[in-house]
Amino acid sequence: MSIFTSKNFKLLSNPLNLENPVTVQILGICSALAVTTKLKPAIVMGLSVMVVTAFSNLVISAMRNTIPPRIRIIVQLVVVASMVILVDQLLRAFVYDVSKQLSVYVGLIITNCIIMGRLEAFAMGNKPWPSFIDGIGNGIGYALILIVVAFIRELFGSGAILGYQVVPQSFYDAGYINNGMMIMPTMALVLVGVIIWIQRSFNKELIEKD
Amino acid sequence: MKNFSNNYTFIFSTIMVVVVALLLSLAAMQLKPFQDKNIEVEKKQNILASIRIKSTVKNAVDLYSKYITDSYVINNKGEKQEGVAFDVDLKKELGKPASERVLPVFIGTLDNKTMAYVMPLRGKGLWGPIWGYISLQPDLNTVYGAIFDHQGETPGLGAEISTEWFQKPFFGKKIFKDSTEFVSVKVLKGGAKKDDPHAVDAISGGTITSKALEAMLDSCLVQYKPYFIKNRHQ
Repeated sequence: MSIFTSKNFKLLSNPLNLENPVTVQILGICSALAVTTKLKPAIVMGLSVMVVTAFSNLVISAMRNTIPPRIRIIVQLVVVASMVILVDQLLRAFVYDVSKQLSVYVGLIITNCIIMGRLEAFAMGNKPWPSFIDGIGNGIGYALILIVVAFIRELFGSGAILGYQVVPQSFYDAGYINNGMMIMPTMALVLVGVIIWIQRSFNKELIEKD
Repeated sequence: MKNFSNNYTFIFSTIMVVVVALLLSLAAMQLKPFQDKNIEVEKKQNILASIRIKSTVKNAVDLYSKYITDSYVINNKGEKQEGVAFDVDLKKELGKPASERVLPVFIGTLDNKTMAYVMPLRGKGLWGPIWGYISLQPDLNTVYGAIFDHQGETPGLGAEISTEWFQKPFFGKKIFKDSTEFVSVKVLKGGAKKDDPHAVDAISGGTITSKALEAMLDSCLVQYKPYFIKNRHQ
């Protein structure tokens, strides 16, 4: 079993673009709106989701032949929920300030559609290793969109990147002001819309025919 | 798809639940000391901030033991009670009847040897709890410093209570009128008069949070009124 066959590599790269969970499958939008006012929480949220998708894919895939089909959704939920609780506890112990900013959204990873979607669609029918890669890929796909949105929102909403002021004071003296709209969730939705637009103008096969 | 018997399903779910419960409780127990430490450091940073001392996560514990020289708990008649001020959970206390509450007082000694008296605050904001610490000068009338925080007030509006521009105007305000009548500090919509010693500006668009903060100041500080009157140094 090689680590990266071309098939496995596809599992990793497809979710970044053609099968992106946020912009193509439109999953996990609510947390994408909520945690993207600043870059740091967005990165931590992206990582947390990646860890949870990857490891719950791995665990579910390893157990897939022993899970009774009638209770499979419950089993998936139990696995996802315990992963999320672990992640939440770890964040609280080691990055307390970020865990405060993410507040309820870490807990809400449980209901993030990406995770259940990948478990049902992929992990239940594939071997553990490809499932793990699929989870990582989808986590990165989600994190990527969050980071792009958060970068733009923090830059224009607070004039900073990762908390460091990048818009010089002379700009403010000259009359520049931070865009308060960027801090509101509405702008995150608009930005995700713009990303989807750009993505589809480059990938014509994503455009629905009507 | 394979068929599984009912027995198998039952045994499977029982084992799963036990294993998961074991794993999670183990993790929670291992991580608890780290989490408690974080909460303690945050509280110390807040108390320090209320006497206008900036601290970082690293030096908060040292600075706290340097500047906070005394602390005790009192009841609503201003009498000292048994108890450790730092361990008082204000949320629990505010749930009790007023006469059974214990109220913490932290006493800071500043670099110039004057004292500052720190009182914790807690109230209801628009979306969730708001809290903070306020410190008074030795006359127990003039505000020395204040810090407020919130769980989920509206960003850009109510959430501004945690910013410096909102907190700074509290410095120097007086909570007693003619040294006997308790008036607290009002948070006025439309702006406070420049020379009004008992009021600050509210936040435009954050009226409900501003009013909630005013109510929190009033309801938390009024409990200390007997203590203030008894212990003030003119």
